[in-house]
Amino acid sequence: MMEKLFKTLSFMSATLVMVLLASIFISLFNSAKPAIDEFGIGFIKEKEWGKEVPIDNPVSTVVDTTEQKKVEPAPASDDSLEALLGGGNDDTPMKTIYGGFIPIVGTLLSTLIAMAFALPIAMGIAVFLAEIAPKKISNVVGIAIELLAAIPSIIFGMWGLFYFAPLVQELVGGYQVSLLTAGLVLGVMILPFMAAITRDSMKTTPDVLKESAYALGATKFEVIRDIIFPYSKAGIIGSIILALGRALGETMAVAFLIGSVFSLPSALNSPTVSIPVAMANSFGEATGMKTSALFYLAFLLFIISFSVISVAKFYFLRKDK
Amino acid sequence: MPIMSVEDFSFTYAAAPARSLNSINLPIKKNSITSLIGPSGCGKSTLLRSLNRMHDLYTNNEYEGRLMLLNETTLEMENILDIKKENEFIQLRQRVGMIFQKPTPFPMSIFDNVAYGLRLSGIKNKTELKDRVEDALKGSALFGEVSDRLNKSAMGLSGGQQQRLCIARAVALKPELLLFDEPTSALDPISTAAIEELIVELKKDVSVAIVTHNMQQASRISDYTAFMYLGDLIEYGETEQIFLNPREKKTEDYITGRFG
Repeated sequence: MMEKLFKTLSFMSATLVMVLLASIFISLFNSAKPAIDEFGIGFIKEKEWGKEVPIDNPVSTVVDTTEQKKVEPAPASDDSLEALLGGGNDDTPMKTIYGGFIPIVGTLLSTLIAMAFALPIAMGIAVFLAEIAPKKISNVVGIAIELLAAIPSIIFGMWGLFYFAPLVQELVGGYQVSLLTAGLVLGVMILPFMAAITRDSMKTTPDVLKESAYALGATKFEVIRDIIFPYSKAGIIGSIILALGRALGETMAVAFLIGSVFSLPSALNSPTVSIPVAMANSFGEATGMKTSALFYLAFLLFIISFSVISVAKFYFLRKDK
Repeated sequence: MPIMSVEDFSFTYAAAPARSLNSINLPIKKNSITSLIGPSGCGKSTLLRSLNRMHDLYTNNEYEGRLMLLNETTLEMENILDIKKENEFIQLRQRVGMIFQKPTPFPMSIFDNVAYGLRLSGIKNKTELKDRVEDALKGSALFGEVSDRLNKSAMGLSGGQQQRLCIARAVALKPELLLFDEPTSALDPISTAAIEELIVELKKDVSVAIVTHNMQQASRISDYTAFMYLGDLIEYGETEQIFLNPREKKTEDYITGRFG
């Protein structure tokens, strides 16, 4: 009786995960549906965000346009922004196009910078803590790493904006808020996770395995390279996956630092925008198609995170078979 | 002629209140098998692990006395406790190999496992590597079983095969002395018999010291036996004498199973 209850309870808990995953996927897709219908797959390579363009469907609108051309243009009201900007005929029906290319690139590049910065340092910290440092130092530094992991992201954002960004600007020039500063601060944020998880998995390397290598005349460096790294590979991959998940979705700190402008970064030190930042900044005043486009971005972020993590998991973990 | 001579050797673990080994004197003779027996905690593994300075991987352990190892070119005995530099440690461990309780294949292919020590010692020539790996595998009675899957992971071998792989890995370096730390305690009887046969076979080329809990094993394979108790060497002699005609009451009690 009890056994059956436990089985049912644990089965239901496991089912809940699948249900949640499916319902998030479906609700994102539904809200993104108008934008998906409107922009199609071309959304991911469209560089414009919120630009008004004339509707130019030569077949279905040919009658409308001719009709409209016959109509005398109404005098533009003085405060009409479109009129001031000029460009097209006021009466040409306009539509706003939204494209995800820039935030997608911003997300991927800032994550890439963060990983490139954090991975080697995290490995260095982990090796030092697991193998080189005396126990006392290892414990103190270990606690510091865990505290670093506990700092809320908004604090990283503020620190990054007021102290780190000017430093980066001084060193490499360009803008204070940029892809580079956002990526580096993101790197600092994922560093403690990677270091702590990697250290823990390195520590599980059995002493006798290390001793076997020493007994063949290996040096400490050779033991770390040939025994400890391969042995803790699964843990290292796990830490990379967690870090990727965090870096791809991080909003607050990146919002402070990336500049939030919809323009392709011409260099590492120029500002751009990422998917989460675009969503956080725009949802407040968004309506209609814009809301749907934001959901389309969210849907894409979901797909990107999901596929990056799947690839990492299947590709790397399959290799050691 | 001893390949190694343990002289007035004492050992204290870091932060331990007392010595774990008390003034041990023991020869390990060339091209023969010396077994170290005794109840748990008698110090036999501690002694074995001193012979290639394995304790130095951990800090603050304390050696006293001398561990004299035969230099086969000058035929002089040299104290391995004088070793301080890393490259001297590497040389020592290539001359004095070690096999552990549990098989410890590295997470790499069978070939790479055996070639590991060779590569570390600087051998890069592919044909030389291949020849030495094959010789070592043949010398460890494993070649026939694995010759068609040298590039497969060593983790797929059975426990007994893995242990013979570890022996091949050590033998590949052509050591002068091989230390076995209860090499069959994790294996089934058939694998155990294969390892024992192999160890006896090996003594043509190398001297052997083996720690074992299994007294039948000691009497089956070893030429000399040392009985240890609570950090002291109680008795050392030819295996036959120790088992048939022990001089000390403690030895007799232990080998007849009255304690242990």
